[in-house]
Amino acid sequence: MSQKVFIAFQDNDNARYLVEAVMQDNPEAEVQHQPAMIRIEAEKRLVINRATMEETLGREWDVQEMLIDVISIGGNVDEDDDHFILQWN
Amino acid sequence: MAIKNKKLNLKDKYQYLTRDMAWEPTYQKKEDIYPDEQFEGIKITDWSQWEDPFRLTMDAYWKYQAEKEKKLYAIFDAFAQNNGHQNITDARYVNALKLFLSGVSPLEYAAFQGYARVGRQFSGAGARVACQLQAIDELRHSQTQQHAMSHYNKHFNGLHDAAHQHDRIWFLSVPKSFFDDARSAGPFEFLTAISFSFEYVLTNLLFVPFMSGAAYNGDMATVTFGFSAQSDEARHMTLGLEVIKFILEQHEDNVPIIQRWIDKWFWRGFRLLSLVGMMMDYMLPNKVMSWAEAWEVYYEQNGGALFKDLERYGIRPPKYQDVANAAKNHVSHQAWGTFYQYSQATNFHTWMPEEEEMTWLSEKYPETFDKYYRARFEHWDKEQKEGRRFYNNTLPQLCQVCQIPVIFTEKDDPSVFSHRQIKHEGERYHFCSDGCCDIFKNEPEKYIQAWLPVHQIYQGNCGGADVATVVEKYYHINLGVDNMEYHGSPDHQRWLDIKGLKPLQSNSEKKTAA
Repeated sequence: MSQKVFIAFQDNDNARYLVEAVMQDNPEAEVQHQPAMIRIEAEKRLVINRATMEETLGREWDVQEMLIDVISIGGNVDEDDDHFILQWN
Repeated sequence: MAIKNKKLNLKDKYQYLTRDMAWEPTYQKKEDIYPDEQFEGIKITDWSQWEDPFRLTMDAYWKYQAEKEKKLYAIFDAFAQNNGHQNITDARYVNALKLFLSGVSPLEYAAFQGYARVGRQFSGAGARVACQLQAIDELRHSQTQQHAMSHYNKHFNGLHDAAHQHDRIWFLSVPKSFFDDARSAGPFEFLTAISFSFEYVLTNLLFVPFMSGAAYNGDMATVTFGFSAQSDEARHMTLGLEVIKFILEQHEDNVPIIQRWIDKWFWRGFRLLSLVGMMMDYMLPNKVMSWAEAWEVYYEQNGGALFKDLERYGIRPPKYQDVANAAKNHVSHQAWGTFYQYSQATNFHTWMPEEEEMTWLSEKYPETFDKYYRARFEHWDKEQKEGRRFYNNTLPQLCQVCQIPVIFTEKDDPSVFSHRQIKHEGERYHFCSDGCCDIFKNEPEKYIQAWLPVHQIYQGNCGGADVATVVEKYYHINLGVDNMEYHGSPDHQRWLDIKGLKPLQSNSEKKTAA
């Protein structure tokens, strides 16, 4: 059975960079555009890397900044200073 | 010292600002300080194993929450200043907000009380901090929702007394009793009920597709509070999953207890969400996805992945999940049909779908809508247009557990109502399903105390013996103004005025006129 993790962001300016970074680090992920939101799902695992985000944004970025724009998630969370990972075991 | 200016990493900061601020009591016994931690039978051997994956500490919490609030209130101001209510798709939509304000926002407040209470009852510091943050979040949600909808209260009827109505109106006992059931349980059951079953497994269905729907219907204020609340919710959901994993990892004796709670709270949540199903399928003029589609994505797919993950702890998917999955093609139609008939006693208007909406329903529910529901809806529509709008004056039989009228049908036969009954200590009790009946059988002492609105009306405890008295005096609904048929209502008239670009009376003029 397929086991998808997902993350949904508000469709705003911050989220565009997040989506760009996520797609760079998770080329297999699928992006779904819905009114006012962007949902990204992937099989088993999805990672957001601080380094990629900082490169995309061109500034320092704290992983917890994501809390402002995230709408929902599915999967076990593993977060530290460098990344935010969603996964099913 | 070089170390002095070094920024703490997330893990260390979390350790310092949560666990290290707790202490071991010396002159009081732990069981006296946390007297409710034992009685449910949950065994915790090591609280330090508790994980909070977001590692959120108070300083970061205030920083990010303040930023969310600034964004949110800037939008509320803009919405009000620009008469945002005039840009929604249709005033029928506002009725979903009336239901939300009286049915959901008070639950946010109940959640605040619940987390504030259980946060005091755990001896583990990690759990206490997580509950404290969530309690503040829930209070914020209750407040921001009321602020967002206060603008609509200036322009539409029925939003004037939600807190009073939440405690009294017949169908609002469904959400109210859900949370009262959780809040009157022990602390571990509360977390399983609300953090896990409700927040993790089911709230996506309320806040994600419905809020996306609010955006699609031009309601900038609601989508903004919805998604702002939901950004906290992502944290709550993570907590919900961690709570379950933590309890299951602590002791194998916890597994059957947790399984029973998951079965119970999945079923209770599923029943509660019938209201959201009808909001999505019938109350959003512009539709994002059907209730069945939302159920497939957010329960069958996401929930399926979740329960597969929990298999290794000996947890199986909730009992009667098959019944719930099959019901996705029916519940919204059955719920809307019920509210339509009893709209003389609701705090919002109802209506029959327009032809293109019926077509949409037929497309989204190819197996069920035309076969079981369309003919009845077309009949009611015709009756209304000919001046015989149908209202049902017989009070319905309520389920003793979920408190929803016995309106749902059997899994294998949508033409037969699902109704169960049992005798307990000489009294007969009625249920909408095996799911609710099982919940009763596990704790009959709790559910025999249920405050069932229909019984209470018949016993004379709701201000009077006829619909008008109960509705107006006890519920504080303006009969025929706030409720009943949408077409021809004052809200409908006002909407036609707005869309007809006629000069509008200001609020002060309107008051003088009245």
